Amino acid sequence: MKILAVCGMGLGSGLLLRMQVEKALQRLGRQAEVEVADIGIAHALARTADLIVTTKELAERLGDVRARVITITNFVDLEEMVRKLREALEAS
Amino acid sequence: MTSPDLLNLLPESAIRVNVPAENWREAIRACGEVLAATGAVDPAYIDQMIAVVEELGPYIVIAPGIALAHARPSPAVHRVGFSWIFLEHPVPFGHAENDPVRMVIGLAAPDPQSHVQALATLAELLADEACRAQLLQADTPAEVRRVVRLFAERKACAEASHLSASGGNS
Repeated sequence: MKILAVCGMGLGSGLLLRMQVEKALQRLGRQAEVEVADIGIAHALARTADLIVTTKELAERLGDVRARVITITNFVDLEEMVRKLREALEAS
Repeated sequence: MTSPDLLNLLPESAIRVNVPAENWREAIRACGEVLAATGAVDPAYIDQMIAVVEELGPYIVIAPGIALAHARPSPAVHRVGFSWIFLEHPVPFGHAENDPVRMVIGLAAPDPQSHVQALATLAELLADEACRAQLLQADTPAEVRRVVRLFAERKACAEASHLSASGGNS
């Protein structure tokens, strides 16, 4: 399974998202490859991803993608990430 | 290889409290000016930080009341660095859920790696409700740094005891 953490530049909030996704996966006892992408390359990379984690604003710019998209409001709230990731993993 | 920790990247001179700002542009500008004053970036970086929000919107408001302002690695970035400013009055950034913003974190990253460890500590610190409250109440940069230092020490202590506990079991 491949998860893409999408942010604007690929090095600030995207890194935070990747860290939170990794912690949440650990909590859920699941494994996945987690990559960071900036919004400029995200659409192309999304073709090989199973799940995309980003913000509401950036999700709107992502365009149509095959992968399921989850949006995060609070980047430091692990509970939000665990809850949304669990729902997405159960649904896929 | 470990990257520099948060406390090393956050001298008192990189922190300002009670900063006046009328709107998000002024808030980012104030944060960028502090970052430039530390020598981490050229003043040109400040406009780049503002341009990110103009182009991509307020997604940089990463948590209620907290914005992480930064731009791409560019020739205007000299080294990894942070600046933290606390606004006198919170200002809206146009974020549907996390407005208004009270704390603006400026980040300068010359590459995708050298700030990773500091950013990880920052995320843990901001996730800690008590620490976040202490930060927002701090009256001086020294007090802000003290909150960060105590958190870092507590974390190091917890990791050390975790290591020795797992070492004892093996």
